[in-house]
Amino acid sequence: MLNKESPLKQYLLPLVLVAVAIGVTVWMTSLGQVGLYFVATPGQLLKATVVHIKLVVAAEILAILIGISLGFVTSRPKLKFVSPFIIGFVNIGQTIPTLAAIAILGIILGFGFLAGVIVLFVYATLPIVRNTHAGIKSVDPSIKEAGRGMGMTLSQVTQRVELPLALPVIMAGIRTSTVINVGTAAVAGMVGAGGLGEVITMGIAVRHMELVIQGAALTAALSILLDALLAGLESWMTPRGLKVAKAAAGVL
Amino acid sequence: MIEFEQVTKVYPDGTEAVKKVTFKVEKGETCILLGPSGCGKTTLMKMVNRLIPITSGKILIEGVDNTKLNEVELRRGMGYAIQDIGLFPHITVAENVVTVPNLLGWPKAKKRQRAAELVELVGMDPVEVMDKYPAELSGGQCQRIGVARCLGADPPILLMDEPFGAIDPITRERLQDEFLKIQSKIKKTIVFVTHDINEAIKIGDKIALLKEGELVQYDTPAALLSKPKNDFVAAFVGADRALKGLRLTKVEEVMRTSPPMVKVDEDLAVVNRRMEEAGTKWLMVVGDDRKFLGWVGKSYLEKSDRLKDIIIPPAATATRSTILSDALSLMLSSVIGNLAIVDDNGLLEGELVFDDLYKALRRINVE
Repeated sequence: MLNKESPLKQYLLPLVLVAVAIGVTVWMTSLGQVGLYFVATPGQLLKATVVHIKLVVAAEILAILIGISLGFVTSRPKLKFVSPFIIGFVNIGQTIPTLAAIAILGIILGFGFLAGVIVLFVYATLPIVRNTHAGIKSVDPSIKEAGRGMGMTLSQVTQRVELPLALPVIMAGIRTSTVINVGTAAVAGMVGAGGLGEVITMGIAVRHMELVIQGAALTAALSILLDALLAGLESWMTPRGLKVAKAAAGVL
Repeated sequence: MIEFEQVTKVYPDGTEAVKKVTFKVEKGETCILLGPSGCGKTTLMKMVNRLIPITSGKILIEGVDNTKLNEVELRRGMGYAIQDIGLFPHITVAENVVTVPNLLGWPKAKKRQRAAELVELVGMDPVEVMDKYPAELSGGQCQRIGVARCLGADPPILLMDEPFGAIDPITRERLQDEFLKIQSKIKKTIVFVTHDINEAIKIGDKIALLKEGELVQYDTPAALLSKPKNDFVAAFVGADRALKGLRLTKVEEVMRTSPPMVKVDEDLAVVNRRMEEAGTKWLMVVGDDRKFLGWVGKSYLEKSDRLKDIIIPPAATATRSTILSDALSLMLSSVIGNLAIVDDNGLLEGELVFDDLYKALRRINVE
């Protein structure tokens, strides 16, 4: 009855893509031994990848904490007056080009890892705020009223009704945010934050496409891998009843 | 017992939703809040569990002003069922049913047992549905679970806002019948909101008819039908209120308890004489133990010389507790104008004569 996608089908495409991206990287890296090509060594690539992941994870953790809180606050009826400001800010924030924001923040905060984390954090927060807000707002008011009417306190309504029902939407926000984050982190290489962006930037600067390909392919692999991982997490965290409801709605 | 004293609700924008409403719901009674949409019936109900704060006046629950009670405890002590059902989609049927016991911290085994009891009470198979999710149930099944959920912690008072609103008429009738059966067992004090006059008549002990926030009439269904206070009430209960009244009267109130009858071994001449005495063309035939066997007609008397051979078996019989509207349609479906009233074992208890039914109908109309 449960319209479940087989794990193979769900993960096959991401796996193939990741394999291709890593294959390209390995091929490019192996060209370094020929001597004609200017490429990063496996050690340098590994280091850059680790820094890249650190950037993304640090920014994402901050973004999840702040994003969910802001999204939750804006969904409270009593705090309705602040929500247009926050949501407005979030929407405008997303229209500012990444590069411009990075340049400006770089000037203010100095170029480095910290500036990178802050830029990433700001961008990563936006989808989480929006999805948390939308997810909680989309909970059927009659379900909340049933909870209140049966004697749930406000915080019980939040914990037992609103958050579980909004969870899939919040998780989708986190997933989007993480994927954007991996890409933005590559741009953050320009402000000296390190990571795979640095490899790409250097490749452009010295006009060696091999370097650019190494950095870009690894960034792509990382992004696809995290997306698939979070998709699995999202499905694992979604209450079973909601999956059943979704399957039933799909059948009808 | 719930007492409404001068209950008034004025919304911040100045709309008066409920105006000085005063009445009393006795313990174990089902009180229907009835009226057209926008009459304030739901607002009035929601002031009982304080989902909507009262502007002025008082609502006393067992003599205690409900604003003096803790809001959350007040609500946990009352069942609450709403039109949209509002089942939690992310948890199972069993978990839904024991929402309030869960809030009250009952032990797990007790909750499970209670859930099974309640699912069974509302006419479903616990084994089959307890571990399903609401999305796997039909609309009617969800309504049942909604009712089961409001009974969760066995509260003495139930608040129900059109709990059978969102389903087809046939399922609704069936749920109403079951509701009556359940209520006769559990005897809760119920405040039940509906805009359906037929539902109100069928399940209410008392009906509070509201119009634009004011209580127009508070009476038993019979009184509301037979003595509408004004034109609004008369119009609301409908021009066919006499026919509706037939649903309120039971056979036992109008039946004849010692109808003319003959024993099955009686001589045909005696039968003929008995018919002439009673001035009727049909007689009921009973066995030795007063068991109802059927009818004998005057025009059949010549066809045989034994009564046994000319008995016409009954097409339909009714019992004391059959409502008159059902009795009427049974009568109309049989060639014999009258209806035999039997008990559960088929023993004859009386006869329902069309004339008497007609008189009852007139009485509702005239009063």
